[in-house]
Amino acid sequence: MSSSRTKSRSGISRRDLLKRSAALAGAAAGSSIIGAPMVWAQTTKDVTLNWVGPSFSVIADIAAKASADLGFTIVAQTAETTQLMAKVVNQPETVDIADFEYWGLQKVYRAGNLQPVNISKIKQWGDMTPLMRDGKGFDGKDLSRQGTLPFEVLYTESADSKDYATGATGFATVMPSIYNADTLGIRSDLIGREVSSWSELFNPEFKGKTALVNIPSIGIMDAAMALESSGQMKYGDKGNMTKEEIDKTVDALIALKKAGQFRAFWSTFDESVNLMAAGEVVIQSMWSPAVTAVKARGIQCVYQGLKEGYRGWGSGMGLMRHLDGPKLDAAYAFLNWYLTGWQGAFIARQGYYSSVPETAKANLTENERGYWYEGKAAVEDIKDPYGAIMDKAGAKRDGGSFEQRMGNIACWNTVMDEDRYMIQRWNEFISA
Amino acid sequence: MSDRSSAPGRLLTPYLQVAPLAFLMITMVGIPLLTVVLLSFWEFDGIAVYPAFTFDNYAEVLQSPVTLKLFLATLKYALITLVATVIIGFTCSYFLVFYVRDLRIQIALFLLCTIPFWTSNVIRMVSWIPFLGREGLFNSALIELGIIDHPLDILLYSDFAVVLTYIHLFTLFMIVPIFNSMAKINPNLIEAARDAGASPFQILRDIIIPLSKTGIALGSIFVVTLVMGDFFVVRVMSGGQSASVVSAMKNNIDQLYYPVASAMAVLLVIVVLLMVTAILRVVDIRSELAR
Repeated sequence: MSSSRTKSRSGISRRDLLKRSAALAGAAAGSSIIGAPMVWAQTTKDVTLNWVGPSFSVIADIAAKASADLGFTIVAQTAETTQLMAKVVNQPETVDIADFEYWGLQKVYRAGNLQPVNISKIKQWGDMTPLMRDGKGFDGKDLSRQGTLPFEVLYTESADSKDYATGATGFATVMPSIYNADTLGIRSDLIGREVSSWSELFNPEFKGKTALVNIPSIGIMDAAMALESSGQMKYGDKGNMTKEEIDKTVDALIALKKAGQFRAFWSTFDESVNLMAAGEVVIQSMWSPAVTAVKARGIQCVYQGLKEGYRGWGSGMGLMRHLDGPKLDAAYAFLNWYLTGWQGAFIARQGYYSSVPETAKANLTENERGYWYEGKAAVEDIKDPYGAIMDKAGAKRDGGSFEQRMGNIACWNTVMDEDRYMIQRWNEFISA
Repeated sequence: MSDRSSAPGRLLTPYLQVAPLAFLMITMVGIPLLTVVLLSFWEFDGIAVYPAFTFDNYAEVLQSPVTLKLFLATLKYALITLVATVIIGFTCSYFLVFYVRDLRIQIALFLLCTIPFWTSNVIRMVSWIPFLGREGLFNSALIELGIIDHPLDILLYSDFAVVLTYIHLFTLFMIVPIFNSMAKINPNLIEAARDAGASPFQILRDIIIPLSKTGIALGSIFVVTLVMGDFFVVRVMSGGQSASVVSAMKNNIDQLYYPVASAMAVLLVIVVLLMVTAILRVVDIRSELAR
């Protein structure tokens, strides 16, 4: 038998064979490095995973790098958390991996369209920060439970359960990915003095120059932080207000609005950036990457740590119920890849923390690690994920180190029990 | 008539003629609208919808003081926009039809009116922001000229900005139908009126306005429905400071409260239908168009 006959019969040339075995070897070698379960390159290489979530988390650069490393295709599709909730509930087949903020997850997990993450398949679960995995702070004490502490919605009893478990189990509703401590953004150049309390948001000094985020469940928390710190209100649980507390809060907000305290209520990331950059607003609710974006334009903007603490949030990667076979294997490979550090370093540069901080830190330069995680002054210019200079040598991260910032969470993004009522009153506030 | 009844093929013709439009209207408007109406009576627990029959969603919407406020706010926008667009649309068309004698210039000027529409709605809207902002072109110019000391905050993120944008976006929808009906006015009619000693004002009041009212009515329907159904302009140009019916609906939709949003939607459809009916009552568009 000549070699040419073999070739035509099996349809495999030597070149093909070499390429395939190389790919296999690569996959095997890759899996031992990144700790992913062994996956058969032939079966997963045709897989396409739709990874859907908010723009601050689902980033095309990350999907491209993951696709290159893993050998199958990951499509990044952005949808704000509210849109993602609707997709997961109404069109689950359009999503493979849902990148959920915990408050969104909290709302839709019981729809039963997600399957839990089998923790034994996540190699680095043991290295995960106790902030997310155990709901404990750096001192080993429980974290604030005002609002939705990620731990409270992280575990479920079984593969079919639609409820949350009270403690750790072998099944996670999502795999924790990123999180941060949110606070107010300020234009330090226009304010020109120290700002140290949430109450400044409603300080008449800034009349007509403040803004709140117009996502009701988050905006009302920022408002509550400000009202509480100014002594106007006292809350049992800011993350789960009673009807009376909602009423009092919204009434106070309406009075403030009528007095002209607010310049705007923003709904999207770019709106918050433009409000700040154009000087329309000097103090407002803000996300960390928005502050980075304002700074990258060369404008002095500070993500000001405040004495009452931060409003924490986090998100995680959920597996849709319909995933199985090679697609599910690929999804687990992606989840495991996610914790290996490249992604952690990428999002660190926009100010977020990774659920496995050690691998993220290992992928940052010493200068970046010092700036983003350790609260040290930068020794060289600090660049954002896309290479624009956002802080000069000598600058320190606002609020300090990872431990200082995440150790001081006062409340978490959430959905309240009285959510429906709250939204109704919020609409009244906006239309007042 | 007898011709039609005799041939069965002819009998089918009109039905076949309306079939494409009917198909589109039923699938794209009828079915979705019916779904919304059904949904507004169903029960909902935040995730799943239950086909029960309940008035709870309407009770919630109607009992809330916000609803009336939202409708009044939206109506206010619609009315101000309507008045402004009618005035601008009428004067523009009047100029084009009665002052510009040369047909080519007339067409050229008319096309000029449409130039802003060569770009997208969103761009036309957003371009106001750097112009009107606190550190925007207009404020800077006024300060440079020494007319004001402090920037005028009312220019942006205010009702003024919202209405200004509506007028900018929707005036063409008024110009086109008014221009169209004015162009149909027989010049001899005006000539005759002038010969009979009518003053220019009398000509305007007794001839031009009555003969243009189909255009005004059609334009009004466009403008009213566009404003009533908008949420994006309100959100962006008021900086989220004001709400319209649809923007409140969107807050509910975002949080998956579909039935409440549906109940609002049904109310809005009813209000808009009433407004359109009122306009059609004043002007019999069908007979005027057939004229």
